[in-house]
Amino acid sequence: MIKQLHFYGGIHPVEDKVAQSVPIVEPPILETYMVPLQQHIGAPAKAVVAKGDQVKRGQLLGEAQGFVSAPVHAPTSGVIREVTTCLGPSGAQVPALLLASDGEDAPADPMPAIDWHQASPGDLRQRISAAGIVGKGGAAFPTVVKLSPPPNKKIDTLILNGVECEPCLTADHRLMLERAADIVTGAQITARILGAKKIIIGIENNKPDAIEVMRQAGADYGIEVCSLRVRYPQGAEKQLIYAVTGRKVPSGGLPADIGCLVQNVGTAAAIADAVCLGKPLYERVTTVTGTPLVSPGNWRFRVGTTYSEAIKLAGGVKEDPIKIISGGPMMGMAVYSLDIPIIKSTSGILLLSKDELTQFAVRPCIRCGRCNDSCPMGMMPGILSVQIENQRYELAEKWHVMDCIECGCCAYTCPASRPLVQHLRRAKAEVQAARRAAKAKAEK
Amino acid sequence: MSENTIRLPDTSKLVISSSPHLHEDDSVRRIMFMVILALLPACIAGAWFFGPRALWVLLVCVASCVACEILCTRLMGREVHVSDGSAALTGLLLGMNLPVTTPTWICVIGSAIAIVLGKMIYGGLGYNPFNPALVGRVALLLAFPTVMTTWIAPMTRRLEWAGVNSVTQATPLGVSELTAGTLPFSYWDLFWGRTGGCIGETCVPALLLGGIFLIALNIIRWHVPVFYLATVAIITGVTHWLAPAQCAPPLYHLLSGGLMLGAFFMATDMVTTPLSRKGAVVFAVGCGVLTSVIRIWGSYPEGVSFSILIMNSLTPLIDRWTAGKPFGTPRRAPREVKP
Repeated sequence: MIKQLHFYGGIHPVEDKVAQSVPIVEPPILETYMVPLQQHIGAPAKAVVAKGDQVKRGQLLGEAQGFVSAPVHAPTSGVIREVTTCLGPSGAQVPALLLASDGEDAPADPMPAIDWHQASPGDLRQRISAAGIVGKGGAAFPTVVKLSPPPNKKIDTLILNGVECEPCLTADHRLMLERAADIVTGAQITARILGAKKIIIGIENNKPDAIEVMRQAGADYGIEVCSLRVRYPQGAEKQLIYAVTGRKVPSGGLPADIGCLVQNVGTAAAIADAVCLGKPLYERVTTVTGTPLVSPGNWRFRVGTTYSEAIKLAGGVKEDPIKIISGGPMMGMAVYSLDIPIIKSTSGILLLSKDELTQFAVRPCIRCGRCNDSCPMGMMPGILSVQIENQRYELAEKWHVMDCIECGCCAYTCPASRPLVQHLRRAKAEVQAARRAAKAKAEK
Repeated sequence: MSENTIRLPDTSKLVISSSPHLHEDDSVRRIMFMVILALLPACIAGAWFFGPRALWVLLVCVASCVACEILCTRLMGREVHVSDGSAALTGLLLGMNLPVTTPTWICVIGSAIAIVLGKMIYGGLGYNPFNPALVGRVALLLAFPTVMTTWIAPMTRRLEWAGVNSVTQATPLGVSELTAGTLPFSYWDLFWGRTGGCIGETCVPALLLGGIFLIALNIIRWHVPVFYLATVAIITGVTHWLAPAQCAPPLYHLLSGGLMLGAFFMATDMVTTPLSRKGAVVFAVGCGVLTSVIRIWGSYPEGVSFSILIMNSLTPLIDRWTAGKPFGTPRRAPREVKP
């Protein structure tokens, strides 16, 4: 175990890990799957199948468009009923394929297994790209891009993110308990691609069973487990790197700038599947939880499973929820429809009951400073919010608004109930637009 | 379980809002009322030493501040939010900074100045640069100097209202004996509050009780009173060591005047002091320096009000200085263009 540093700020919300002890369940095959072609950051995949085509499980449905993109594969065997659009968690319509399953779940021919001990990093990257692997921690950044840092940036430390600092989410916890060996294999493959000498797994110490399991799984391979103090957002990339290695990611920079790379444990397991079994990414473990649910738990859903199907599997609701959130309670997106499909990055579906709804009238900033005390990036959200209310975005840029990681600690602690994250997001969008406009003007 | 018994949520009444979807259980009102609660021991002590009229002064100030805020907010065409307790708190603090003999009409004027000129013209809660209670107090001090510097000895009118038998007495800092080298009051007198002074500033244990209560609840930062008092102690310690006949010892300074009240309740006012911990420390040290300088070398016996107001004016600058660089190395690393 390494001595860990504590990052400045952060909060300690109620953990509520109700589904912690529920093992991952494999759900039955559904009648239809609405498979979005955009499940990642970057350009959406382009459909390579048409209406009426027969597909098998794992078959390529959409190919990547450009480098920052990822392919999409069929979650089960069946017929493409429609090429259409569906609702995404952010409320926007995304291109999607409606797949009607034939119930057989017949697999397509898997990609040949690779002996990763011998394979070149280039071949391994190729396989990760072909399998459609994206970051499963929530960001869904195409993994092949992340694993291709510029040649002048050498990665020496790979950090696996098993922290799962969001309250209520337990998918990564169960994954570590049940697939520790695959996670270790995936980590080793990633380290081989990057040439990293050191692998460390960061886990919050409210998961002692996972810490023990991963420690045993990684012991033979020199993989260390770093037990971290429980504090949100310990799982945020910059804070995790600091706690585990003591290095700080430069403002405006990337972890690769300081020789580190962070990877979610789910992504590591998916990499192991892709390389050793030739299996593309078409399913993920998602926590479905919340007090209104009858039986919260963790399921290995295929992509394209709608939220209504997921909630049905959790036994439905005892009472009507007031909020349904895609993700965790601190950074997730509130949704208004159950027709949204689960995608590669859906870490949780959380239902909040009426008693748990926090809705207050917004008051002016009283400059109490709690936002600054809790901000893991050391910013001053209170002052920024007043600037943003007055549309002084250029001032906000000077006061470091672009360093915001949107973790929500500031809004959590604000006694004036100000919508700080909303303000900061708005400011970041305005600043980026202004920068783009200035760049375009300079290039003329 | 059969399909019939599984109930899906009704999506027609779902609430959409930005993350985060959790919130700590706190509010502006709770903070204000906790501070008011913390001030009550000192108010009771004031009534004990100076008689029931002290409670009248406090009541008049609170009521006037609340009334002024309601009137101002209506004139400004805005929603009235007196229930958040900030006007009441301003009234209470103003009252605690007045001598018990202050006439009622002067209390009302002070409250009006505090709320209107100290807070509302800037836009209300959160926008004022100066501590409203101190704005009111200093305005009264300059407008009615005799009234504001007439003190009565404690315990001389405990059961009386009109105070015909009350005895006037100089405050611990106002005595001329201070420069003659002998101390007119014992440390115990100073500590318990057996001296003349403003209603809420004399009883140290009552103020400490309230202050520690607020620090324990994380409502005020411990940095401010600690650094403020430490700075005063150090500076007055040095001056006393250099000129023991002219300058009072540090403990005498710490226990007299409005320092305890100021350090725990006025210099910790959130709106008018820097946002960050670092800034709060700079603010507190600045207050300590100014208070000591005014007390030792200035013509006013007491310096707390002025020093806090002066530091209030520097708060935006302190905020800028202490904003600091966000987490990460200071130098901006250029973003590499991806291949």
